Amino acid sequence: MTALVTVRDLTRRFDVSKPWLNRVIERLPKRKLVAVSKVSFDIEEGTTYALVGESGSGKSTIGKMLVGLLDPSEGAVEIEGVNLDTEPDAAKIDAVRSDIQMIFQDPYASLNPRWKVRDIIVEPVAARGGDTEGMAEKLLEQVGLSADDAKKFPHEFSGGQRQRICIARALASEPKFIVCDEPTSALDVSVQAQVLNLMSDLKEDFGLTYLFISHDLTVVTHMADTVGVLYLGRLVEEASPEHLNARPAHPYTQMLLDSAPRLDGFGREIAPPQGEIPDPINPPAGCAFNPRCPLAIDRCRTERPELRQIDGARVACHRAEEAIAQYSPPE
Amino acid sequence: MTDIPVLSVRNLSVEIPTRDAVLKPVDQMSYDIARGEILGVVGESGAGKSMTGNAVIGLLDRPAHISGGEILLNGKRIDNLSLGQMRKIRGREIGMVFQDPLTSLNPLIPIGDQLTETMLAHLDIGAAEARKRAIAALDEVGIPGAAERIDSYPHEFSGGMRQRVVIALALCAEPSLVIADEPTTALDVSVQAQIIALLRALCRDRGTAVMLITHDMGVIAETADRVAVMYAGRLAEIGPVAQVLGHPRHPYTEGLMGSTPAASRGKQRLHQIPGAMPRLGHLPKGCAFHPRCPYAQDDCKRDPGPTTEACDGRAACWHPVENPDVKAAE
Repeated sequence: MTALVTVRDLTRRFDVSKPWLNRVIERLPKRKLVAVSKVSFDIEEGTTYALVGESGSGKSTIGKMLVGLLDPSEGAVEIEGVNLDTEPDAAKIDAVRSDIQMIFQDPYASLNPRWKVRDIIVEPVAARGGDTEGMAEKLLEQVGLSADDAKKFPHEFSGGQRQRICIARALASEPKFIVCDEPTSALDVSVQAQVLNLMSDLKEDFGLTYLFISHDLTVVTHMADTVGVLYLGRLVEEASPEHLNARPAHPYTQMLLDSAPRLDGFGREIAPPQGEIPDPINPPAGCAFNPRCPLAIDRCRTERPELRQIDGARVACHRAEEAIAQYSPPE
Repeated sequence: MTDIPVLSVRNLSVEIPTRDAVLKPVDQMSYDIARGEILGVVGESGAGKSMTGNAVIGLLDRPAHISGGEILLNGKRIDNLSLGQMRKIRGREIGMVFQDPLTSLNPLIPIGDQLTETMLAHLDIGAAEARKRAIAALDEVGIPGAAERIDSYPHEFSGGMRQRVVIALALCAEPSLVIADEPTTALDVSVQAQIIALLRALCRDRGTAVMLITHDMGVIAETADRVAVMYAGRLAEIGPVAQVLGHPRHPYTEGLMGSTPAASRGKQRLHQIPGAMPRLGHLPKGCAFHPRCPYAQDDCKRDPGPTTEACDGRAACWHPVENPDVKAAE
């Protein structure tokens, strides 16, 4: 197996300073928000890599950097061995770009209401001057809609059907790699099940590779081959979903698993997790999770833990061994 | 303690007259909520779950109106009250927690003033006493440094903290019923767990009845005592949460449970309910669920779906799922 996507020390900072004049008058310093900090991972060809985290953890920012909607501040993204940021050969960049597509969260906002479905779907190909004869009809049938739907406008469809149109559009340029940013969070459970099943089928049929971004650990467990857990822009743990559910090594992952509501958890009493995600402009020193971590020691407050290999998983925690030892999965 | 349920809804129907047809977003709903009980109302978007909540608290937007049935709060009818009388009940007898904590607080008024305003309007107390109680209420919902933060504005709080303020607001006049409409949908899982634990603890301590409206089956499973599953404006199934979710009898509940991913099921293919919920103007004849139902027979297509009372008090279905586990349990 080869890595289709390689991410190395990816960092993204946003400038959230006040406007220039305010800064001068009020003598304020420049302020930087570090949305993603030194994240590294590989995505093997034909697998699904999931990024999971709460709001503000930087998961969407990573997705956008992978498709090239944002430039990294530091670090590199290589897709098929080509670094889109530094590659001098335009033809190479162009070839790789057409292999990447994205599906967005809100199917109501990501389809142009004034365009017919046919035009929406074939646009990724038409924009490059490709042949689009009969393409929209074929794709619509592949995603479970009917060929006649190509003549309609987006408002004639429900949320789930719109998400199918978004998937059809993503498939039009025959990509190898699709970034799915919360593709089902706006959908009802029964529709979510339909869309998730469709995505699994298409992955088999076309040999696709997915980056699946979600806040929902159960959905991620269902879809992913590898899961990366993000906290405040840092990758804190990476493992297979089975491993992650059975033996989470990072205290944050353990907290996420404990607090996720369970379908069979009737009347379950849990001690809810303490605290909230800290301000990303002034993240805590050392490990970002230390103010909420029950196992934190002095070292956690000063030294940022690096990702290290612990029995089949990669964990960024000084006290991972202790965390594994004391963890008992929820009943 | 009395035997009268805090809230008793009998055959409630809500109608919206439109140019083409009269839509029924809520159709012959009946349910009770006892003191200290949490009733979960679950359903997909468009099932009418928020509509029932709004009907109970008297916040239906025109032209939607209650077209039939009764709503009894502590044994007294409230569905036929005037607007003025209803205003006295709202906030005093029934508290409400909305989905989005940012839009349910006034951004221009410090949270302390919003709390005291509610108490001064409903309780016979002075301003100083109200302020004291406001601090106590904020303290109770777990806002650190309540006395210092009472004069802060909503934007100075995080999403989870804001939702705590909204809960304090809903509970400050000590209502007997709280309607929580998707209270945790806008929040992260770890904060969601905090808010749920808080809601549960407050209700247990005060004996407040709660109607918890949500689309999240996991939240319902962990929080509610009983659950009502809604489909296309009708009650599909109602009963104790472990029975309804663990051994569903209505085919729709069964389908919903199957299509919810669960960590314990791993990568198994999800069960799919074919099709989508019908639009209110285009409800199929017979049982509204029959086009998507795997067990549908001829009478399901002909006869309108039964109410839960007409069946065994649980599933509104002509041919409920026979579940061997349930039979054994009975």
